[in-house]
Amino acid sequence: MPRLDSTRYTILFATAVSIVCALLVSSAAVGLSERQEANALLYKQKNVLLAAGLVRPGQALSTAEMAEIFERRVHVRAVDLQTGQVLPQDKFDAVNYKQRKARNDPAQSRAAPPNDAQIARLPNVGAVYVVSSADGKDEQIVLPIEGMGMWGTIYGLLSMDVDGNTVRGLTFYEQKETPGLGGEISNPQWQALWVGRKAYDANWSPQLAVIKGQAGPPDTDPHHVDGLSGATITSNGVTRVLRFWLSADGYAPYLKNVRSGGAS
Amino acid sequence: MSAGSAIFGRHERTALLGPIVNVNPIAVQVLGICSALAVTTRMDKALVMGIGVTLVTALANLAVSLVRNYTPGSIRIIVQLAIIASLVIVVDQVLKATLYELSLELSVFVGLIITNCIVMGRAEGFAMQNPPWLSFLDGIGNGLGYAAVLMIVGFVRELTGAGTLFGHVVLPLTKNGGWYEPNGLMLLAPSGLFLIALLIWALRTWKPELQEEA
Repeated sequence: MPRLDSTRYTILFATAVSIVCALLVSSAAVGLSERQEANALLYKQKNVLLAAGLVRPGQALSTAEMAEIFERRVHVRAVDLQTGQVLPQDKFDAVNYKQRKARNDPAQSRAAPPNDAQIARLPNVGAVYVVSSADGKDEQIVLPIEGMGMWGTIYGLLSMDVDGNTVRGLTFYEQKETPGLGGEISNPQWQALWVGRKAYDANWSPQLAVIKGQAGPPDTDPHHVDGLSGATITSNGVTRVLRFWLSADGYAPYLKNVRSGGAS
Repeated sequence: MSAGSAIFGRHERTALLGPIVNVNPIAVQVLGICSALAVTTRMDKALVMGIGVTLVTALANLAVSLVRNYTPGSIRIIVQLAIIASLVIVVDQVLKATLYELSLELSVFVGLIITNCIVMGRAEGFAMQNPPWLSFLDGIGNGLGYAAVLMIVGFVRELTGAGTLFGHVVLPLTKNGGWYEPNGLMLLAPSGLFLIALLIWALRTWKPELQEEA
Protein backbone atom coordinates (compact mmCIF):
# COMPACT_ATOMS: atom_id res chain seq x y z
CA MET A 1 0.00 0.00 0.00
CA PRO A 2 1.33 3.48 -0.88
CA ARG A 3 2.10 5.99 1.84
CA LEU A 4 -1.10 7.70 2.99
CA ASP A 5 0.41 11.17 3.02
CA SER A 6 2.00 11.14 -0.44
CA THR A 7 0.64 13.82 -2.78
CA ARG A 8 -0.07 11.29 -5.51
CA TYR A 9 -2.13 9.06 -3.23
CA THR A 10 -3.98 12.04 -1.72
CA ILE A 11 -5.04 13.26 -5.14
CA LEU A 12 -6.06 9.78 -6.24
CA PHE A 13 -8.07 9.23 -3.07
CA ALA A 14 -9.81 12.61 -3.37
CA THR A 15 -10.69 11.84 -6.99
CA ALA A 16 -12.08 8.42 -6.11
CA VAL A 17 -14.22 9.82 -3.27
CA SER A 18 -15.53 12.59 -5.54
CA ILE A 19 -16.50 10.14 -8.27
CA VAL A 20 -18.29 7.79 -5.89
CA CYS A 21 -20.18 10.69 -4.24
CA ALA A 22 -21.06 12.22 -7.62
CA LEU A 23 -22.44 8.90 -8.84
CA LEU A 24 -24.52 8.50 -5.70
CA VAL A 25 -26.00 12.00 -5.90
CA SER A 26 -26.69 11.98 -9.62
CA SER A 27 -28.30 8.55 -9.63
CA ALA A 28 -30.59 9.61 -6.75
CA ALA A 29 -31.50 12.85 -8.52
CA VAL A 30 -32.16 11.22 -11.88
CA GLY A 31 -33.84 8.12 -10.50
CA LEU A 32 -36.30 10.06 -8.35
CA SER A 33 -36.97 13.04 -10.62
CA GLU A 34 -40.06 11.52 -12.19
CA ARG A 35 -41.79 11.00 -8.84
CA GLN A 36 -40.74 14.44 -7.64
CA GLU A 37 -42.24 16.12 -10.69
CA ALA A 38 -45.43 14.12 -10.31
CA ASN A 39 -45.60 15.23 -6.66
CA ALA A 40 -45.05 18.88 -7.53
CA LEU A 41 -47.80 18.76 -10.17
CA LEU A 42 -50.18 17.05 -7.78
CA TYR A 43 -49.51 19.63 -5.09
CA LYS A 44 -50.29 22.44 -7.52
CA GLN A 45 -53.46 20.70 -8.68
CA LYS A 46 -54.59 20.16 -5.10
CA ASN A 47 -54.17 23.85 -4.36
CA VAL A 48 -56.12 24.86 -7.46
CA LEU A 49 -58.94 22.58 -6.33
CA LEU A 50 -58.75 24.05 -2.81
CA ALA A 51 -58.92 27.62 -4.14
CA ALA A 52 -61.88 26.73 -6.30
CA GLY A 53 -63.61 25.03 -3.38
CA LEU A 54 -63.84 21.68 -5.21
CA VAL A 55 -61.85 20.09 -2.41
CA ARG A 56 -62.39 21.02 1.22
CA PRO A 57 -59.36 21.66 3.44
CA GLY A 58 -58.43 18.50 5.32
CA GLN A 59 -60.55 16.32 3.06
CA ALA A 60 -58.80 13.00 2.51
CA LEU A 61 -58.60 12.24 -1.18
CA SER A 62 -56.44 9.70 -2.94
CA THR A 63 -54.08 11.08 -5.55
CA ALA A 64 -56.08 9.30 -8.26
CA GLU A 65 -59.36 10.91 -7.13
CA MET A 66 -57.73 14.31 -7.02
CA ALA A 67 -56.23 13.93 -10.49
CA GLU A 68 -59.61 12.75 -11.76
CA ILE A 69 -61.48 15.82 -10.41
CA PHE A 70 -58.80 18.08 -11.82
CA GLU A 71 -58.94 16.37 -15.21
CA ARG A 72 -62.74 16.65 -15.38
CA ARG A 73 -63.32 20.14 -14.02
CA VAL A 74 -60.16 22.20 -14.60
CA HIS A 75 -58.57 23.39 -17.83
CA VAL A 76 -55.26 25.21 -17.95
CA ARG A 77 -55.18 28.19 -20.28
CA ALA A 78 -52.29 30.44 -21.26
CA VAL A 79 -53.10 34.14 -21.18
CA ASP A 80 -51.13 37.02 -22.65
CA LEU A 81 -51.00 39.19 -19.53
CA GLN A 82 -50.73 42.51 -21.39
CA THR A 83 -53.61 42.01 -23.81
CA GLY A 84 -55.63 39.59 -21.71
CA GLN A 85 -56.12 37.32 -24.73
CA VAL A 86 -56.17 33.54 -24.28
CA LEU A 87 -53.46 31.98 -26.42
CA PRO A 88 -54.68 29.22 -28.73
CA GLN A 89 -53.82 25.79 -27.37
CA ASP A 90 -52.18 24.62 -30.58
CA LYS A 91 -49.78 27.59 -30.43
CA PHE A 92 -48.88 27.44 -26.74
CA ASP A 93 -48.51 24.44 -24.47
CA ALA A 94 -50.21 25.77 -21.34
CA VAL A 95 -50.23 22.43 -19.51
CA ASN A 96 -46.45 22.11 -19.39
CA TYR A 97 -45.80 25.84 -19.01
CA LYS A 98 -43.69 26.71 -15.96
CA GLN A 99 -44.63 30.23 -14.98
CA ARG A 100 -42.03 30.69 -12.26
CA LYS A 101 -39.25 29.63 -14.59
CA ALA A 102 -40.56 31.89 -17.36
CA ARG A 103 -40.67 34.85 -14.97
CA ASN A 104 -36.92 34.63 -14.51
CA ASP A 105 -36.18 34.11 -18.22
CA PRO A 106 -35.55 37.49 -19.93
CA ALA A 107 -36.88 36.13 -23.21
CA GLN A 108 -40.24 35.24 -21.65
CA SER A 109 -40.67 38.07 -19.17
CA ARG A 110 -40.33 41.79 -18.65
CA ALA A 111 -39.41 44.05 -15.77
CA ALA A 112 -42.50 44.74 -13.71
CA PRO A 113 -43.75 48.34 -13.56
CA PRO A 114 -43.13 50.01 -10.18
CA ASN A 115 -45.39 48.38 -7.61
CA ASP A 116 -45.66 48.05 -3.85
CA ALA A 117 -46.04 44.26 -3.88
CA GLN A 118 -42.29 44.15 -4.59
CA ILE A 119 -42.67 42.16 -7.76
CA ALA A 120 -39.53 42.55 -9.88
CA ARG A 121 -40.39 40.64 -13.05
CA LEU A 122 -43.58 39.67 -14.79
CA PRO A 123 -43.95 36.76 -17.21
CA ASN A 124 -45.41 37.60 -20.62
CA VAL A 125 -47.76 34.67 -20.34
CA GLY A 126 -49.76 33.67 -17.30
CA ALA A 127 -51.17 30.18 -16.76
CA VAL A 128 -54.73 30.40 -15.45
CA TYR A 129 -57.06 27.57 -14.45
CA VAL A 130 -60.57 27.67 -15.82
CA VAL A 131 -62.89 25.66 -13.58
CA SER A 132 -66.10 24.40 -15.12
CA SER A 133 -69.29 23.33 -13.41
CA ALA A 134 -70.42 19.69 -13.45
CA ASP A 135 -72.33 20.33 -16.70
CA GLY A 136 -69.32 21.85 -18.43
CA LYS A 137 -70.02 25.60 -18.14
CA ASP A 138 -67.11 27.86 -17.19
CA GLU A 139 -67.64 28.83 -13.58
CA GLN A 140 -64.48 30.11 -11.96
CA ILE A 141 -61.04 31.34 -12.94
CA VAL A 142 -58.16 30.42 -10.63
CA LEU A 143 -55.31 32.92 -10.93
CA PRO A 144 -51.79 32.36 -9.56
CA ILE A 145 -50.57 35.35 -7.52
CA GLU A 146 -47.34 36.15 -5.75
CA GLY A 147 -45.63 39.01 -3.94
CA MET A 148 -43.86 40.10 -0.82
CA GLY A 149 -45.18 39.28 2.63
CA MET A 150 -43.10 40.05 5.70
CA TRP A 151 -40.30 37.48 5.49
CA GLY A 152 -40.46 36.38 1.91
CA THR A 153 -42.52 35.93 -1.21
CA ILE A 154 -45.96 34.48 -0.64
CA TYR A 155 -47.47 32.37 -3.39
CA GLY A 156 -51.19 31.90 -3.66
CA LEU A 157 -54.13 31.17 -5.88
CA LEU A 158 -57.11 33.49 -6.20
CA SER A 159 -60.33 32.06 -7.55
CA MET A 160 -62.65 34.53 -9.28
CA ASP A 161 -66.18 34.01 -10.53
CA VAL A 162 -66.70 34.35 -14.29
CA ASP A 163 -68.44 37.65 -13.50
CA GLY A 164 -64.86 38.89 -13.16
CA ASN A 165 -65.59 40.49 -9.80
CA THR A 166 -66.68 38.01 -7.12
CA VAL A 167 -64.00 36.16 -5.17
CA ARG A 168 -64.74 32.45 -4.95
CA GLY A 169 -61.72 31.41 -2.93
CA LEU A 170 -58.17 32.23 -1.94
CA THR A 171 -55.33 29.99 -0.79
CA PHE A 172 -51.68 30.55 -0.02
CA TYR A 173 -49.63 27.46 -0.66
CA GLU A 174 -46.14 28.73 -0.09
CA GLN A 175 -45.15 31.35 2.48
CA LYS A 176 -42.58 32.02 5.16
CA GLU A 177 -44.62 34.28 7.44
CA THR A 178 -44.32 34.10 11.23
CA PRO A 179 -46.02 30.92 12.51
CA GLY A 180 -49.14 31.75 14.52
CA LEU A 181 -49.22 35.39 13.36
CA GLY A 182 -48.71 36.12 9.65
CA GLY A 183 -48.56 32.38 9.02
CA GLU A 184 -52.30 32.35 9.70
CA ILE A 185 -52.84 33.33 6.05
CA SER A 186 -52.62 29.56 5.51
CA ASN A 187 -55.49 29.00 7.98
CA PRO A 188 -58.53 27.70 6.04
CA GLN A 189 -60.86 29.53 8.48
CA TRP A 190 -59.33 32.86 7.52
CA GLN A 191 -59.19 32.00 3.84
CA ALA A 192 -62.90 31.20 3.93
CA LEU A 193 -63.61 34.86 4.84
CA TRP A 194 -62.69 35.86 1.27
CA VAL A 195 -65.47 33.93 -0.39
CA GLY A 196 -68.13 36.24 -1.78
CA ARG A 197 -66.12 39.48 -1.54
CA LYS A 198 -66.09 41.82 -4.52
CA ALA A 199 -62.71 42.56 -6.08
CA TYR A 200 -63.62 45.84 -7.80
CA ASP A 201 -65.72 48.95 -7.24
CA ALA A 202 -68.03 50.45 -9.86
CA ASN A 203 -65.06 51.97 -11.75
CA TRP A 204 -63.25 48.60 -11.91
CA SER A 205 -60.52 49.73 -9.57
CA PRO A 206 -59.24 46.94 -7.26
CA GLN A 207 -60.64 47.41 -3.75
CA LEU A 208 -59.88 44.18 -1.86
CA ALA A 209 -58.13 44.83 1.44
CA VAL A 210 -57.25 43.18 4.70
CA ILE A 211 -58.30 45.74 7.32
CA LYS A 212 -57.44 46.16 10.98
CA GLY A 213 -60.07 44.52 13.13
CA GLN A 214 -63.21 42.86 11.92
CA ALA A 215 -64.90 43.28 8.57
CA GLY A 216 -68.62 42.87 8.03
CA PRO A 217 -70.31 40.11 6.02
CA PRO A 218 -69.81 40.24 2.21
CA ASP A 219 -73.27 41.85 1.63
CA THR A 220 -72.60 44.96 3.68
CA ASP A 221 -68.80 45.12 3.53
CA PRO A 222 -67.96 43.66 0.12
CA HIS A 223 -64.27 44.58 -0.20
CA HIS A 224 -62.79 43.98 3.25
CA VAL A 225 -61.57 40.99 5.23
CA ASP A 226 -60.65 40.68 8.94
CA GLY A 227 -57.06 41.55 9.74
CA LEU A 228 -54.72 39.05 11.37
CA SER A 229 -53.86 40.26 14.85
CA GLY A 230 -50.16 40.82 15.32
CA ALA A 231 -49.52 40.55 11.60
CA THR A 232 -49.98 44.03 10.14
CA ILE A 233 -47.11 43.72 7.68
CA THR A 234 -48.30 40.37 6.35
CA SER A 235 -51.88 41.69 6.15
CA ASN A 236 -50.73 44.74 4.19
CA GLY A 237 -48.62 42.47 1.99
CA VAL A 238 -51.66 40.37 1.12
CA THR A 239 -53.64 43.53 0.27
CA ARG A 240 -50.86 44.80 -1.99
CA VAL A 241 -50.37 41.45 -3.71
CA LEU A 242 -54.11 41.10 -4.43
CA ARG A 243 -54.45 44.67 -5.67
CA PHE A 244 -51.43 44.31 -7.93
CA TRP A 245 -52.69 41.16 -9.61
CA LEU A 246 -56.19 42.62 -9.98
CA SER A 247 -54.77 45.79 -11.54
CA ALA A 248 -54.12 46.52 -15.22
CA ASP A 249 -50.55 45.20 -14.74
CA GLY A 250 -51.93 41.86 -13.55
CA TYR A 251 -55.04 40.02 -14.66
CA ALA A 252 -57.42 42.97 -15.19
CA PRO A 253 -57.23 42.78 -19.02
CA TYR A 254 -57.96 39.06 -18.91
CA LEU A 255 -60.78 39.45 -16.37
CA LYS A 256 -62.31 42.05 -18.70
CA ASN A 257 -62.32 39.42 -21.45
CA VAL A 258 -63.77 36.90 -19.02
CA ARG A 259 -66.68 39.25 -18.33
CA SER A 260 -67.47 39.37 -22.03
CA GLY A 261 -67.40 35.57 -22.17
CA GLY A 262 -63.79 34.92 -23.19
CA ALA A 263 -62.65 32.80 -20.24
CA SER A 264 -61.18 30.02 -22.32
CA MET B 1 -11.80 -5.30 15.21
CA SER B 2 -10.74 -6.54 18.62
CA ALA B 3 -10.78 -10.27 19.22
CA GLY B 4 -13.97 -11.72 20.61
CA SER B 5 -16.10 -8.70 19.76
CA ALA B 6 -19.73 -9.69 19.45
CA ILE B 7 -22.24 -8.33 16.97
CA PHE B 8 -24.12 -6.85 19.86
CA GLY B 9 -21.81 -6.90 22.88
CA ARG B 10 -21.27 -4.39 25.64
CA HIS B 11 -19.41 -1.88 23.43
CA GLU B 12 -22.09 -2.02 20.80
CA ARG B 13 -24.84 -1.44 23.33
CA THR B 14 -22.97 1.54 24.78
CA ALA B 15 -22.45 2.98 21.30
CA LEU B 16 -26.13 2.63 20.48
CA LEU B 17 -27.85 3.47 23.76
CA GLY B 18 -25.39 5.87 25.39
CA PRO B 19 -26.21 8.86 23.17
CA ILE B 20 -29.93 8.57 23.84
CA VAL B 21 -29.58 9.82 27.42
CA ASN B 22 -26.11 9.69 28.99
CA VAL B 23 -24.19 11.43 26.20
CA ASN B 24 -27.19 12.89 24.40
CA PRO B 25 -25.88 15.04 21.52
CA ILE B 26 -28.15 18.00 22.28
CA ALA B 27 -28.63 17.88 26.04
CA VAL B 28 -25.12 16.75 27.04
CA GLN B 29 -22.77 17.37 24.13
CA VAL B 30 -24.78 20.52 23.20
CA LEU B 31 -24.41 19.89 19.47
CA GLY B 32 -26.95 20.58 16.74
CA ILE B 33 -28.87 23.22 18.69
CA CYS B 34 -29.54 25.45 15.68
CA SER B 35 -31.70 23.00 13.76
CA ALA B 36 -33.34 21.86 17.00
CA LEU B 37 -34.76 25.39 17.33
CA ALA B 38 -35.96 25.59 13.77
CA VAL B 39 -37.80 22.32 13.21
CA THR B 40 -39.55 21.82 16.53
CA THR B 41 -42.66 23.92 15.92
CA ARG B 42 -44.52 20.82 14.75
CA MET B 43 -44.02 17.19 15.75
CA ASP B 44 -44.27 15.80 12.22
CA LYS B 45 -41.45 18.12 11.12
CA ALA B 46 -39.38 17.12 14.17
CA LEU B 47 -39.96 13.42 13.48
CA VAL B 48 -38.93 13.62 9.83
CA MET B 49 -35.89 15.73 10.69
CA GLY B 50 -34.96 13.23 13.42
CA ILE B 51 -35.20 10.32 10.99
CA GLY B 52 -33.18 12.27 8.40
CA VAL B 53 -30.39 13.08 10.83
CA THR B 54 -30.36 9.48 12.15
CA LEU B 55 -29.98 8.09 8.63
CA VAL B 56 -27.31 10.59 7.65
CA THR B 57 -25.30 10.19 10.87
CA ALA B 58 -25.44 6.39 10.71
CA LEU B 59 -24.52 6.11 7.05
CA ALA B 60 -21.89 8.84 7.24
CA ASN B 61 -20.30 7.13 10.24
CA LEU B 62 -20.36 3.81 8.39
CA ALA B 63 -18.80 5.25 5.23
CA VAL B 64 -16.20 7.32 7.08
CA SER B 65 -15.26 4.32 9.20
CA LEU B 66 -14.96 2.04 6.16
CA VAL B 67 -12.38 4.30 4.52
CA ARG B 68 -10.76 5.52 7.75
CA ASN B 69 -7.60 3.44 7.23
CA TYR B 70 -7.20 4.67 3.66
CA THR B 71 -7.99 8.34 4.23
CA PRO B 72 -4.99 10.69 4.11
CA GLY B 73 -5.00 12.74 7.32
CA SER B 74 -4.48 15.99 5.45
CA ILE B 75 -7.81 15.78 3.62
CA ARG B 76 -9.89 13.77 6.08
CA ILE B 77 -12.25 16.64 6.97
CA ILE B 78 -13.13 17.41 3.38
CA VAL B 79 -13.59 13.69 2.67
CA GLN B 80 -16.05 13.49 5.59
CA LEU B 81 -17.82 16.57 4.31
CA ALA B 82 -18.13 15.16 0.79
CA ILE B 83 -19.63 11.94 2.15
CA ILE B 84 -22.04 13.80 4.46
CA ALA B 85 -23.09 16.29 1.78
CA SER B 86 -23.82 13.51 -0.69
CA LEU B 87 -25.94 11.63 1.83
CA VAL B 88 -27.86 14.78 2.73
CA ILE B 89 -28.69 15.45 -0.92
CA VAL B 90 -29.91 11.88 -1.28
CA VAL B 91 -32.14 12.25 1.82
CA ASP B 92 -33.54 15.52 0.44
CA GLN B 93 -34.28 13.90 -2.93
CA VAL B 94 -35.99 10.93 -1.28
CA LEU B 95 -38.11 13.30 0.83
CA LYS B 96 -39.19 15.24 -2.26
CA ALA B 97 -40.17 11.98 -3.93
CA THR B 98 -42.13 10.62 -0.98
CA LEU B 99 -43.31 13.29 1.48
CA TYR B 100 -43.59 16.25 -0.87
CA GLU B 101 -45.59 18.73 1.23
CA LEU B 102 -43.38 18.18 4.26
CA SER B 103 -40.28 18.50 2.10
CA LEU B 104 -41.38 21.99 1.03
CA GLU B 105 -41.17 23.15 4.63
CA LEU B 106 -38.16 21.05 5.60
CA SER B 107 -35.97 21.48 2.52
CA VAL B 108 -33.96 24.36 3.93
CA PHE B 109 -33.26 22.51 7.16
CA VAL B 110 -32.51 19.20 5.47
CA GLY B 111 -29.83 21.01 3.50
CA LEU B 112 -28.50 22.27 6.79
CA ILE B 113 -27.97 18.73 8.10
CA ILE B 114 -24.63 19.10 6.30
CA THR B 115 -23.62 21.71 8.83
CA ASN B 116 -25.25 19.92 11.77
CA CYS B 117 -22.40 19.55 14.21
CA ILE B 118 -23.64 16.14 15.34
CA VAL B 119 -22.93 14.49 11.99
CA MET B 120 -19.49 15.96 11.53
CA GLY B 121 -18.72 15.62 15.23
CA ARG B 122 -19.44 11.89 15.28
CA ALA B 123 -17.63 11.27 11.99
CA GLU B 124 -14.48 13.00 13.19
CA GLY B 125 -14.78 12.12 16.86
CA PHE B 126 -15.90 8.50 16.66
CA ALA B 127 -15.95 6.93 13.19
CA MET B 128 -12.34 7.87 12.40
CA GLN B 129 -11.16 5.69 15.34
CA ASN B 130 -13.70 2.86 15.40
CA PRO B 131 -14.71 -0.08 13.20
CA PRO B 132 -17.68 0.27 10.81
CA TRP B 133 -20.37 -1.65 12.72
CA LEU B 134 -19.66 0.17 15.97
CA SER B 135 -19.60 3.50 14.14
CA PHE B 136 -22.88 2.71 12.44
CA LEU B 137 -24.51 1.99 15.83
CA ASP B 138 -23.02 5.16 17.27
CA GLY B 139 -24.56 7.09 14.39
CA ILE B 140 -27.99 5.53 14.98
CA GLY B 141 -27.70 6.22 18.71
CA ASN B 142 -26.77 9.85 18.26
CA GLY B 143 -29.49 10.33 15.66
CA LEU B 144 -32.06 8.82 18.01
CA GLY B 145 -30.82 10.96 20.90
CA TYR B 146 -31.24 14.02 18.70
CA ALA B 147 -34.67 12.85 17.54
CA ALA B 148 -35.77 12.20 21.13
CA VAL B 149 -34.97 15.77 22.19
CA LEU B 150 -36.64 17.13 19.04
CA MET B 151 -39.79 15.16 19.78
CA ILE B 152 -39.96 16.35 23.40
CA VAL B 153 -39.43 19.99 22.45
CA GLY B 154 -41.78 19.62 19.48
CA PHE B 155 -44.48 18.11 21.70
CA VAL B 156 -44.45 21.08 24.10
CA ARG B 157 -44.15 23.72 21.38
CA GLU B 158 -46.85 22.36 19.10
CA LEU B 159 -49.27 21.65 21.93
CA THR B 160 -48.95 25.02 23.66
CA GLY B 161 -48.29 27.10 20.55
CA ALA B 162 -50.86 25.74 18.15
CA GLY B 163 -53.03 23.39 20.23
CA THR B 164 -52.27 20.47 17.92
CA LEU B 165 -50.12 17.32 17.91
CA PHE B 166 -48.92 15.96 14.56
CA GLY B 167 -51.34 18.47 13.03
CA HIS B 168 -54.37 16.98 14.82
CA VAL B 169 -56.34 19.36 17.00
CA VAL B 170 -55.93 18.55 20.70
CA LEU B 171 -56.79 21.91 22.25
CA PRO B 172 -59.39 23.73 20.09
CA LEU B 173 -58.29 27.36 19.55
CA THR B 174 -60.50 30.31 20.43
CA LYS B 175 -60.13 31.73 16.92
CA ASN B 176 -61.57 28.48 15.54
CA GLY B 177 -64.39 28.45 18.06
CA GLY B 178 -62.66 26.50 20.85
CA TRP B 179 -61.43 27.56 24.28
CA TYR B 180 -57.62 27.54 24.09
CA GLU B 181 -55.74 30.80 23.52
CA PRO B 182 -52.38 29.69 22.05
CA ASN B 183 -49.09 31.04 23.30
CA GLY B 184 -47.55 32.55 20.17
CA LEU B 185 -44.11 32.74 21.75
CA MET B 186 -43.95 28.95 21.73
CA LEU B 187 -43.86 28.98 17.92
CA LEU B 188 -40.89 31.35 17.78
CA ALA B 189 -37.28 30.24 18.04
CA PRO B 190 -36.56 31.62 21.56
CA SER B 191 -39.02 29.18 23.15
CA GLY B 192 -37.00 26.31 21.70
CA LEU B 193 -33.95 27.70 23.43
CA PHE B 194 -35.80 27.94 26.76
CA LEU B 195 -37.13 24.40 26.49
CA ILE B 196 -33.76 22.91 25.57
CA ALA B 197 -32.17 24.79 28.47
CA LEU B 198 -34.82 23.41 30.83
CA LEU B 199 -34.18 19.94 29.45
CA ILE B 200 -30.43 20.27 29.98
CA TRP B 201 -31.08 21.44 33.53
CA ALA B 202 -33.49 18.58 34.25
CA LEU B 203 -31.09 15.98 32.85
CA ARG B 204 -28.18 17.27 34.91
CA THR B 205 -30.27 17.31 38.04
CA TRP B 206 -31.36 13.72 37.41
CA LYS B 207 -27.78 12.64 36.63
CA PRO B 208 -25.47 14.87 38.71
CA GLU B 209 -22.38 13.12 37.28
CA LEU B 210 -23.05 15.02 34.02
CA GLN B 211 -22.43 18.37 35.70
CA GLU B 212 -19.20 20.04 34.64
CA GLU B 213 -16.75 21.51 37.15
CA ALA B 214 -17.63 25.15 37.62
